[in-house]
Amino acid sequence: MSTLAIRCDGLAKQYRIGEREKYKALRDVLTRAIASPVRRARAALSGHSPIGRQQESLIWALQDVSFQIQRGEIVGIIGRNGAGKSTLLKVLSRITQPTRGLGEIWGRVGSLLEIGTGFHPELTGRDNIYLNGAILGMKKEEITRKFDEIVAFSGIEDFIDTPVKRYSSGMYVRLAFAVAAHMEAEILIVDEVLAVGDTQFQKKCLGKMGEVAREGRTVLLVSHNMAAIHALCSRAILLEQGRAVRDGDPLETTRYYLDGFEKQADSGVIDLRSASVPRSGKARLFSELRFKNAAGAPTTAYLCGDDMVLEFDIDPPFTVSDPILFVGVDDSLGRRIFTVSSQYSQSEFPAFERPLTAVCTIPDLCLLPGRYSVSVCVGNPYEWSLDLVVNAASFDVHASDYFGSGRMPPQELGAVLVKSHWRVANGVGPR
Amino acid sequence: MRLVTEPPHTVLRPSSGWVGLNLGELWHSRELLFFLTWRDIKVRYKQTALGAAWAVIQPLLSMLVLTFFFGRLARVPSNNIPYPLFAYSALLPWQLFAYALTESSNSVVVNERLITKVYFPRLVIPLASALAGLVDFTIAFPLVVVMMMWYHIMPTAAFLTLPIFVVFAAAAALAAGLWLCALNVQYRDVRHTLTFIVQFWLFASPVAYPSSLIPARWRPLYGLNPMAGVIEGFRWALLRRVPFPGPMIAVSSFVTTVILVGGLFYFRRMERTFADVV
Repeated sequence: MSTLAIRCDGLAKQYRIGEREKYKALRDVLTRAIASPVRRARAALSGHSPIGRQQESLIWALQDVSFQIQRGEIVGIIGRNGAGKSTLLKVLSRITQPTRGLGEIWGRVGSLLEIGTGFHPELTGRDNIYLNGAILGMKKEEITRKFDEIVAFSGIEDFIDTPVKRYSSGMYVRLAFAVAAHMEAEILIVDEVLAVGDTQFQKKCLGKMGEVAREGRTVLLVSHNMAAIHALCSRAILLEQGRAVRDGDPLETTRYYLDGFEKQADSGVIDLRSASVPRSGKARLFSELRFKNAAGAPTTAYLCGDDMVLEFDIDPPFTVSDPILFVGVDDSLGRRIFTVSSQYSQSEFPAFERPLTAVCTIPDLCLLPGRYSVSVCVGNPYEWSLDLVVNAASFDVHASDYFGSGRMPPQELGAVLVKSHWRVANGVGPR
Repeated sequence: MRLVTEPPHTVLRPSSGWVGLNLGELWHSRELLFFLTWRDIKVRYKQTALGAAWAVIQPLLSMLVLTFFFGRLARVPSNNIPYPLFAYSALLPWQLFAYALTESSNSVVVNERLITKVYFPRLVIPLASALAGLVDFTIAFPLVVVMMMWYHIMPTAAFLTLPIFVVFAAAAALAAGLWLCALNVQYRDVRHTLTFIVQFWLFASPVAYPSSLIPARWRPLYGLNPMAGVIEGFRWALLRRVPFPGPMIAVSSFVTTVILVGGLFYFRRMERTFADVV
């Protein structure tokens, strides 16, 4: 018996873009039908698109994807939006056929591309467990056997006979995940399911996934949550424009992914000379701001715990004595998370007289994943803001396994990551 | 722990042209078919004041309208059957057919979420919709028995063949429904023309008038409309007031079989693009 669970050989999937919309306009369809009814009818019956081929734009959502997954492996699929992650999962779960290539699967597949697929709002929680279970491929007898377990896992015992339309979105998600979590598939294909529900429940889901992994089942998981990928997966595959460009250790792959991000998207160089930059203060001192990583490479994407390096090009139109630099970091809600300044760290600069570059290093970036904006200011004790640029630039922080535990506090419990050590002091433990 | 068995092996590859029906897989999904049918039935009369009574009210009102306009005003012959009974006995299979046809034609589009998120044999969807139509039929059926007692018409042995014609009506609906629902995925025009198709089909079927209005030698040709055979057969089985319309039923069953088998293969051929196009 083979130890392979999944084998893909040159899988490719092509989509026609814009086709969906074209068909809905009855008027267009009629005018075309009148123009050439026979050709259209023949085309319709043979299953080919009758719309002129020249005006179709075709895209390859997947191109030449090949990999093998052994039984019991937990593989994370990462990549940007539109990189082909969902298409790959759809092909592997047989929802759509590949345009080219071959895939082979050994084992029963349970695919979870969306939770609560087929839930009907008018039906009760109980009815929906059976319906959803059947849709996910479970046998009735299997659902009945696990019914109590599913209800207990979802934690909504009291509402099991209430129509689902009266549920809160949280309850809905819990029930839906509970059903899915009890599938007896040998291969689980999961798309970004961990991104839903409250934190408590997310934790439960993560735990369940870990459990599934220990049972020796094969899991294919798409996630944007790098912390989850690090904690759960033994391997990660990076998709870029439909191609598998990286396949291996999850830490290395996510790192490569985040690096690659920046090379294409954002050079990390922000030009502040332009007159359109909104600023306050009496002069125009900042000319350029550069984001770099610890190695000195330009980037605006960091992992939690990375060192962030900011370089300011300053071109003073007059001499600034006793200069002080400030950097303020706001989160996406506009809350000031922290401010660093040359003043607080007792870095004394000589008077700014000619163009120069100031470098600020913020080690061990202790921010939660998210997008942050940076405001920069130069002043001196006599005038605090000679040049202030509010929201001059933004950077992203991506989840990493900051605490080495695969876990992270949720947004509502705070804005920064703080390490802590714990022990129990009484008893026989070391003092 | 489950015993170690050879896991199922699935091959994913592009297919083109006509493919097999894969009825084995369909049989394997019979529980899903059951649950989807059960869902459609359960949801059908939720949040209605009259509930399942609608299944009787609809054909009952149609019967009254037909009786007044065709029976009284136009004096359409009804083969010596009291006109209300004549109309209702045709409306029963007609309602089943019209409902199953409409629902199955829209089924794949309506269940778009299922199609794009989970794999299962796609044939389950139109099948479940067509089957759900049987419930309305079951609810509306007892009234015809009451009417027969009212008019002192005793059922004969032919009554036992009724289930055949019920299945026949559902099969005819599914046959057309399979073609239409596969077309509907690509061309939403189907949805708009459906009302018209059903209306036209009603006039083309012997619901308000007997097929005896059609010259005897053309009657087998009339059977090209599957519902002609179904309705006349149904009336014959129920009331036994007309000679057995054999040739017409033969033609209708043949046509239904051809459309049904063709529909199954056409559906299977088209289903591979459903998730991409719907």
